Amino acid sequence: MKGRPLLYTSYEADQGLLNTTSKKVMLGLFLLVLVSIPFQVIPGLKFLGQGGWLRLLSTTAIFAIGALGLNILTGLAGQVSLGHAFFMGVGAYTAVWLGGPVDGPLLGLGLPIWIWLPAAGIVAALIGVAVGPTAVRVRGLYLAIVTLGLVFIGDYLFRNWASLTGGAQVGRDFPPLEFRWWKEESPVIDFTTPSTWFGVEVSGIAKTFFLLALLAGVYTLLAKNLQRTRVGRAFMSIRDRDIAAEIMGVNEFAYKLLAFGISSFYAGIAGALLASFLTRVIPEQWNLFLSVQFIAIILIGGAGTVTGALLGSAFVVLLPRIVQNFTLWLQSLALEGEGILGAIANVFIATSQTDFGLINTMAGVGPGLSVAQLNLVLYGLLIIGFLIFEPLGLFGIWLRIRNYWKGWPFTY
Amino acid sequence: MITGLVVLAQATADGNAFAQMLVGGISFGAIYALLAMGFVIIFKATSVINFAHGALTGLGAFLVVAFATVLDFPGRFLTSFPEWAQWTANVLTAFAVAALFGVLIERVFLRPMVGEALFAVAIVTLGIDIVVRTITNDFIGTQPRPVGAPWGLNVIDLGWVIIAWSEVIQIVVTIVLLVAIAMFLRTRTGVAMRATAFDQETARAQGVNVGRVFSVAWAIGAFLAAVAGLFYSVFPRRATGVDQATAFIAFRAFPAVIIGGLDSIPGAVVGGFAVGIAESAANTYLGFEFLGNGFPGIVGYLLMMVVLLIRPYGLFGTPEIRRV
Repeated sequence: MKGRPLLYTSYEADQGLLNTTSKKVMLGLFLLVLVSIPFQVIPGLKFLGQGGWLRLLSTTAIFAIGALGLNILTGLAGQVSLGHAFFMGVGAYTAVWLGGPVDGPLLGLGLPIWIWLPAAGIVAALIGVAVGPTAVRVRGLYLAIVTLGLVFIGDYLFRNWASLTGGAQVGRDFPPLEFRWWKEESPVIDFTTPSTWFGVEVSGIAKTFFLLALLAGVYTLLAKNLQRTRVGRAFMSIRDRDIAAEIMGVNEFAYKLLAFGISSFYAGIAGALLASFLTRVIPEQWNLFLSVQFIAIILIGGAGTVTGALLGSAFVVLLPRIVQNFTLWLQSLALEGEGILGAIANVFIATSQTDFGLINTMAGVGPGLSVAQLNLVLYGLLIIGFLIFEPLGLFGIWLRIRNYWKGWPFTY
Repeated sequence: MITGLVVLAQATADGNAFAQMLVGGISFGAIYALLAMGFVIIFKATSVINFAHGALTGLGAFLVVAFATVLDFPGRFLTSFPEWAQWTANVLTAFAVAALFGVLIERVFLRPMVGEALFAVAIVTLGIDIVVRTITNDFIGTQPRPVGAPWGLNVIDLGWVIIAWSEVIQIVVTIVLLVAIAMFLRTRTGVAMRATAFDQETARAQGVNVGRVFSVAWAIGAFLAAVAGLFYSVFPRRATGVDQATAFIAFRAFPAVIIGGLDSIPGAVVGGFAVGIAESAANTYLGFEFLGNGFPGIVGYLLMMVVLLIRPYGLFGTPEIRRV
């Protein structure tokens, strides 16, 4: 009996996070690769250990935390929220109020990270629960526009509360990622400058990456576990049919409020980390586009799945860099202008004022789209494309691949 | 409430400023009413929450610029007519092209989504918004593009209140369009549209060409958005013309839709004027000093929150009936 796939002899085994051997092996390998990335030991993946890519991977970890939060609200509880950026902003400014320098011109209490990071989540969660009653009262599509209103009201507050946020278009510095017990002179662990850990040289960005990946891992585990509890199942029942859920004894109002709170907690943590990671942030950062990015992440990844939120984060964060590299490659082909490849590239790339092309590589050249604009258009098209053709997102594609090989060579 | 009290207190003190505020509010409200009405027509006929309405507005405004100033089509062939007639012909052509774009967007991106969850369709329109807005902005460029309106900066000074010609034209056009749409809903196509709004499947079973109704609804929505885009880009609003921020006006019109109720056309009009007047009042009476910059921009949303607390389906919206 032992070792047979899909044969479970206890409920614990059936509900287990790693209920198959291949899942255990894959997770182990994934963690090994993750740890090895900054040390550039795996051939073919060495480029990921360089500064720029490592920064992107760190950003991925932060976005993953935010996306997990939105996934709980939208994917599990089925409440569409465009207000995620607002709660991230609340988290970031809570963090800077508690963790910012005491003697500076702006508000700050100079407290250590173990206070400001959880506080960022808690304050965001409290505000989420406070605005919840308005949001929970309205249903479905009205909710999307109410949360849209939150982003605009938040944007106005952040821009005008200059003593906290630094003011419109100016912004302020956020507390760095460093661990202190209290207000010591030098931090116990500094996650931004290079040092030696266990006899190994670790660069500053590598340490930041390790910290953020660890945090993302912890929050992934929490989100995954939430799905398997009474609360998670209540969320899903509200998503699937709210009236049926109520009849079964799920308190719709309380659980919707709870979903708002948990989602806002994640958003607050992600906001604080993002601001701290970017070091300087202007109040306009927390705008509608950030919210849309998170919607895109969970839709592209696959709504309602934790793996999907992680895949989607990696996809959305890494996409601009990949598009940029691809465009540069096309440009080099077009400029060399030889062979069929060069001719094809030339159609897409505008290299001079008179040259026609869909993409231009220099600002203000020709009518083509700049790389940044191309990225935006791709975002839009990906959201549309995934919703029309693959509603389960990247996770759905993965499921199909997995199920194909499960029965291989049979098709059933 | 507080806004209202302040407005009343000030109005008794200074009648002229109040009249001026009201004129500004009504003409701005007309823009919101046009946007909200297009939004509601699309929602009613196709059950799509159209987050791409801003993109349609920007696109429509840009098409006006393109046809009126760049292409001068068909004005260049109408040399025997006066200048204002040529401009009007250009603008009407631009509106028609904008309506065609509306039809095209529905046909390509939203027809495959018929029958899917409303939320998924709403997010598709967010994607459309990003795509259309980015491409339109690339065409608009970094400098504002004037629309070349023939009435220019002319105003009518009545002594106690000053009204810009563009405001007069705008209010007249809005009223004409309101009446036209009310009459249109009584035509054969209009009845088909109302039947589709009521129940798509049943309408289809009765022989209504539901696909055509979708196209007509999107054409009307895009057309109204283009009209609003034009009036937003002339003198008392943004005299410099169409720029990359023009599309954001639609985000300020969303509260108007919700205040009136998502599925009520009269509600959209009422909501539009309410938001317009509230913003204008905030602009006139609530000082820059203690409320900071950009407060009028969120007045609509605050008003919306208050209305929703009292009536979760807006003033005229149909309450959702929950059947077990």
